[in-house]
Amino acid sequence: MKAPGPLPAPWRKSGAFLWTIGLATVLWALTFVHATLTTRAAADDLHRRGALVSQLDLTDFALFTEARYTRHPSQADLHSPFQDHPLALEHFPTGSLVPASAGPSWTGWLEAPAASSPE
Amino acid sequence: MIRLEQVSKVFNQGRHNEVRAVRNLSLELDTRGVTVLKGPSGSGKTSLLAMIGCLSRPTSGRIHLEGRLISNLPERFMTEVRRATFGFIFQRFNLIRGLTVLENVMLPAYPLAPDPRELRDQALDLLRQFRLAERAHNQAEWLSGGEAQRTAICRALINRPRILIADEPTANLDSQLSRELLALIGELAEQGKGVLISSHDPLVFDHAQVSRVVELRDGGLA
Amino acid sequence: MRALLRRQRYLLDYSLSSLARRPGKHLALLLVYSLVVFLLASTLLFTQSLRREAALILADAPELIVQRLVAGRHDLMPADYLDRLGQLRGVSDAYGRLWGYFYDPAVKANYTLLVPRQEPPVPGEVRLGAGVARTRGLGVGDYLSLRSARGEPFSFRIAGLLEAETELVSSDLLLLNAEDFRRFFAFPADRFTDLVLRVRNPSEVRKVAEKIALALPDTRPILRDEILRTYDALFGWRQGLIIVLLGGALLAFVIFAFDRAAGLSAEERREIGILKAIGWETGDVLRMKFWEGAALSLTAFLAGYLLAYAHVFFFAAALFAPVLKGWAVLYPDFRPLPFVDGLQVATLFFFTVFPYTVATIVPIWRAAITDPDQVMR
Repeated sequence: MKAPGPLPAPWRKSGAFLWTIGLATVLWALTFVHATLTTRAAADDLHRRGALVSQLDLTDFALFTEARYTRHPSQADLHSPFQDHPLALEHFPTGSLVPASAGPSWTGWLEAPAASSPE
Repeated sequence: MIRLEQVSKVFNQGRHNEVRAVRNLSLELDTRGVTVLKGPSGSGKTSLLAMIGCLSRPTSGRIHLEGRLISNLPERFMTEVRRATFGFIFQRFNLIRGLTVLENVMLPAYPLAPDPRELRDQALDLLRQFRLAERAHNQAEWLSGGEAQRTAICRALINRPRILIADEPTANLDSQLSRELLALIGELAEQGKGVLISSHDPLVFDHAQVSRVVELRDGGLA
Repeated sequence: MRALLRRQRYLLDYSLSSLARRPGKHLALLLVYSLVVFLLASTLLFTQSLRREAALILADAPELIVQRLVAGRHDLMPADYLDRLGQLRGVSDAYGRLWGYFYDPAVKANYTLLVPRQEPPVPGEVRLGAGVARTRGLGVGDYLSLRSARGEPFSFRIAGLLEAETELVSSDLLLLNAEDFRRFFAFPADRFTDLVLRVRNPSEVRKVAEKIALALPDTRPILRDEILRTYDALFGWRQGLIIVLLGGALLAFVIFAFDRAAGLSAEERREIGILKAIGWETGDVLRMKFWEGAALSLTAFLAGYLLAYAHVFFFAAALFAPVLKGWAVLYPDFRPLPFVDGLQVATLFFFTVFPYTVATIVPIWRAAITDPDQVMR
């Protein structure tokens, strides 16, 4: 009768699993190291972007160039049509993602609503 | 020595389908040699085995094992006694599908957390002893009836119990395999293990190794 | 202690064997689970990065911008407003901005034309944002031809490009001289697009804004705080939105996971009975099931999160670009900076790993506390 042969040093499912999880956890921890190092190294770039913002009096990200209220959400008209609902049908795809309510509010910071109300 | 005092077991107590499986049974059993509980189905022998093996508690009455009261222990301690004292061989083998033969044999030892290498070696030794070495890494559901029963015996022995409990062990085996099984059980008894078997198979209670036959009927001694 | 760990590892062994019994089903579950974590984590990481970036960069935006409104719509700002506002107490400097949009039919892109206050290009020359240069395929020294508001062709020599590192804010910019700007757009000489006020003392900004609203009721002041809040809310909104959109998928997954985890088959019930009969305690069975749920959900979390991190920070959120782009032709070539919020990651961890693990254990409870003698019946 054949002996079951020497098994490779007690190879257990949990062994492979724990190694994988351990490795993934190390990688996971490394993402935080990477994040810290990268953002620290990017200080220069951030500074350059900030300098340009200051130099050109910029107010917005150039992320959504489709329409003017998506290019400059902070400067746009308050009540552009169809901006009210996230799932409303919009001409511009990003328009449905940029909420009108995110714009500066009329009454949010003013004590004298009479003076500020557009109506 | 296992001593039962006025033991009863009632299922579904108080309901219309109430069953009195064991009634006021008092009995002393030797923990050495082979003891057979003989009786037709419904005579209460399986319920009795389950209570002796700490798988369930009697509805009333007491069970002593070597002078220690075991019938009123909390679950944890009952499990400990069961693990340390009894090995079980079930009628339907009750191997776990999808696991290898080796894993099945090692299962009862998991909660005791022995050294993994020692446990594996011990399990392989047992498998070798029961001519299952080649099957060690096969899935349990691919085994023939005889192999499955031998695997079940290996599993029952892994924690080195003093007493083996076998519930109708020959019910799913042909005569040839039954005889082989009884021979194996006989060997174990010779090595000093106590064996408790429930059966209504004449092959079992007529076997030469049997030291005592207890006949049951309707939940009491016949 | 060692025995405890060893015991957990045995239970884990069993859980993994148990999972490996239905490899197809569990791999599919793991895949879907990881995908859900991936999408959620990508969204969180990306929006958090932009949010932080906005807070850092736009902190240098003008403190106060004044727009004029006519009949509720944005209108050009008369130059004489500048004098009136410049005299307000607390205002250290006031100047008009000239900027506007131009749609370039040649590439179907929107540009932002802007007159820089400092070092404006000489007449006839422009400086381009990297996105514009890329879209039109232009370099320094080339000429860019555009049709003006009056239909005349204007030809600008490209004097320089804005730094590529600044694309996030400068991609679509076209910097030109004030004179060119006014001629190109036929922009009235006595008007600006809007006004910028510099306020020396930050605590006075609100006060100044109130005064403006009273002095010039047809204007609307925009505070830098409001801009920052806009971006905070914008990305918060966007993040929430994507999560809402994911809601459907998430719900389907929950049902799937619940079905998988909660539905206890007769087979599994019997298995638990066997384990108990051969000497496992109720606690062992529960711990084993815990490991089953934990192994799966932890793997899914780590896989999904790591993929999302790579996706957002190494591949510049390539999957999101089409959504953010919409129909825009110009899209800044930028790599989000990994500003990671530990609390957000912890929340994600909790909401992905915890519920599934609980869902695996709970239904086992009832089965695990039954008497083990059932396997003998």
